[in-house]
Amino acid sequence: MEPHFIKGGKYEKWNPLFETLATFAFTPKLVTTKGTHIRDGVDLKRTMFTVVIALIPCLIFGIYNTGHWEMAVAEGNRDIPYFAEMGAKFLMGLTIVLPVVVVSYGVGLTIEFIFGMLRGHSLHEGFLVSGMLIPLTMPADVPLWMVGLATAFAVIIGKEIFGGTGMNVVNIALTARAFLFFAYPTSMSGDKVWMSGLGEKMNTNAADLDGFSGATALGDLASFMSDKATVAGEAVQSNMAVQNFSNEYGAWESFMGMIPGSIGETSTMACLIGGLLLVITGVGSLRIILSFFAGGFIMGLLLNAIGGNPYLDLPAFYHLIIGGFAFGAVFMATDPVTASQTATGKIIYGFFGGFLAIMIRVLNPAYPEGVFLAILFMNVMAPIIDHYIIQANINRRLKRLKTA
Amino acid sequence: MSNTISIRKGLNIRLVGEATKEIKEVPVSGTVGVSPIDFHGLTPKMVVKEGETVLVGDVLFFDKKKEQIKFVSPVSGKVKEIVRGEKRRIMNVLIEADGKQDAKKFTVKNVNDYSAEEMKSLLLESGFWSSMKQRPLDIVADPENKAKGLYVSSFDSAPLAPDYEFVLNDEMEAVQKGFDALSIIMDGKVHLSSKPSSSFTKIKGVTHHSFDGLHPAGNIGTQIHHIDPINKGEFVWSINIQEVAAIGKFLASGCVDASRKIALTGSEVESPAYLNVTRGTVMGSLVKDFVTGENVRYISGNVLTGDRKGLTEYLGHHHNQISVIPEGDEYKFFLTSGWLGHGFDKFSNSRLFPTFLLPKSKKFRLDTNTNGEERAFVVSGELERVFPFDILPVQLTKAAITNDIDGMENLGIYEVAPEDFALCEYVCTTKINIQEKIRQGLDLIASECM
Repeated sequence: MEPHFIKGGKYEKWNPLFETLATFAFTPKLVTTKGTHIRDGVDLKRTMFTVVIALIPCLIFGIYNTGHWEMAVAEGNRDIPYFAEMGAKFLMGLTIVLPVVVVSYGVGLTIEFIFGMLRGHSLHEGFLVSGMLIPLTMPADVPLWMVGLATAFAVIIGKEIFGGTGMNVVNIALTARAFLFFAYPTSMSGDKVWMSGLGEKMNTNAADLDGFSGATALGDLASFMSDKATVAGEAVQSNMAVQNFSNEYGAWESFMGMIPGSIGETSTMACLIGGLLLVITGVGSLRIILSFFAGGFIMGLLLNAIGGNPYLDLPAFYHLIIGGFAFGAVFMATDPVTASQTATGKIIYGFFGGFLAIMIRVLNPAYPEGVFLAILFMNVMAPIIDHYIIQANINRRLKRLKTA
Repeated sequence: MSNTISIRKGLNIRLVGEATKEIKEVPVSGTVGVSPIDFHGLTPKMVVKEGETVLVGDVLFFDKKKEQIKFVSPVSGKVKEIVRGEKRRIMNVLIEADGKQDAKKFTVKNVNDYSAEEMKSLLLESGFWSSMKQRPLDIVADPENKAKGLYVSSFDSAPLAPDYEFVLNDEMEAVQKGFDALSIIMDGKVHLSSKPSSSFTKIKGVTHHSFDGLHPAGNIGTQIHHIDPINKGEFVWSINIQEVAAIGKFLASGCVDASRKIALTGSEVESPAYLNVTRGTVMGSLVKDFVTGENVRYISGNVLTGDRKGLTEYLGHHHNQISVIPEGDEYKFFLTSGWLGHGFDKFSNSRLFPTFLLPKSKKFRLDTNTNGEERAFVVSGELERVFPFDILPVQLTKAAITNDIDGMENLGIYEVAPEDFALCEYVCTTKINIQEKIRQGLDLIASECM
């Protein structure tokens, strides 16, 4: 079959497609020509595939969680038991999440193939991961066309114009998320989008759902601050708000992810399982993950020390288990292309990523979630961090020359 | 004795086919080749013509740019052919050996009676200088430069590398004599790096250093970097320990002896052992009794830095080892032995493969498959784990790829040779030929900055 696809063959133009499928099924018979005669077994396919596997706990939990909240909306009761009717919830979740995943991969891979054919190379593996990350950062109720549009934007503007896998400046999945966040803010935040079906129901049947909040933990934190605590006196106000908040969102529920939120982000547990796989295999940088958590925690502590409103008083550890913090730390910040590449740089990069994430989350009222903005910002800053690390190395060498 | 420097950033690739400690004699016969290609950047000028008779130690050609540097015949016989390639570049000088090994007689005196200049010109004349390498650039040393040090490593840590302690066991006197001679020509120190408790630590008149740990602990580049790194404008020389012994023998007898003990290794060799051979012997005659499999790769040198050779080609000048490994030119189904396989058959520095779980005694039969296609740099921190230099390997490689001279100078190109990057090239997910890129960078530096 191969002769048809090589240069001069009948389907020469389709060679990238053929090569992609062929190299997926069979490691090609390429042999070393120059330099070392043997090569390590590792390649980008295995590396990227490992990340996809690491995302599976998040995906499965996300599907179940989406199903759970859809059922809660359908029954009009926020407090239905979490671990009941699991099969039905999973199926409900699947009908929502699967189309989002299919659209993300479908649109992204098509664009990658087109660029591959224009440039005459087979599919590079980067999108295998991005295609899974994008759905997991979406709210459950996101329209599919938005997923497609965001994916297209992220792949073309975020990656292909820079030259493809390995050349991008900012994280692809977060580019997609940011695109939707700024282009369609009403579909990406507020209290109607996180549970599938809620928005529709609220519009048509508002009376039934009186007192039913569809907000995320972070969204609720904002509202606890503004209204629920107003009955209390000034002095106890913020304490009460935190109290109310932690009644609503127990630490265990938040850690396990039994709360509303983007499809894949809610479960810190699932993220840590994935993170463990990434760290064991060496694909994800432990330096970045740990320093990211440390940065967030230290910022949380600093804010606790200031205190004064529920945001500031929320115990620091809470910040690490609600919202997309863990997901960002494990899967987004560790993207090796957009993170710092030097060992010291990774620690600085991770620390400020976590630090800024909590800063934006707490101090900027317009953005209930700061993780993706913080990571995007640090993506842009990463080359500067690396520049100083490299410069330090150069200076060491120059100093040696002068003293010699 | 200074403290032992332990190399932790590195990798011992555990291959099947280590040579057993017995030496088999391979008599000189047939055609031998001396290839100017083995000396990077050399433009040879022929001295002999086809059909001329030569003795062992007779000059075949010299360096057109540095006429003092002579290249001599390893055998006695008749010049059979001067093989030319594109643009009439001399690829190889073939000599039909007569098997007698009649050697040209040099007049030698007691080592201590030589002045530095006399010793230098004797080594140049007898062809030993051609084995002397210089950094920066990793080329034949320029005898006119002042070197700040001469570095010799008494062990090789590359996969399946020969054990010089075994090879030179009964030639310690010659080694000592060789070092005595080399000390004469050096203004700077002569540094000898050995493993702890090596018998080479008894050598006198040199500065001893002790190294152990992972490969590339035995590489001269690693040792120089940890002893006294090279700065811009400085030169250091290095020479293989077997050459030091050969210089010692030469000063005793006055005759060039081009026989070397090499290790015949690799998974495809039936009974790996040491061979006593003559430089430039045709590969086929060396391996014919030991290799039966077809579709194997013959490598003059080790699997990381050696040259691929056909059976009718010749043992490289700088090589003390032959490796024979299977070719990997076949498709591998992704679930069984391909990219998504269990991976117990692969040796990987990455924990994506179970290599790190396997016992250290497990050895591997690796083939020449690249195990993937070339990609851009995506994974970070990978090269740094096997690169024991205070140099940023990815950044330096990128500077070399982009012909960024300033970048290369700043990032330490003067300290490195392509072989220092061999492990980086092995572990790198991108499958980029890093050694080739570094060599191109060095060539650019040679033409622009030296």
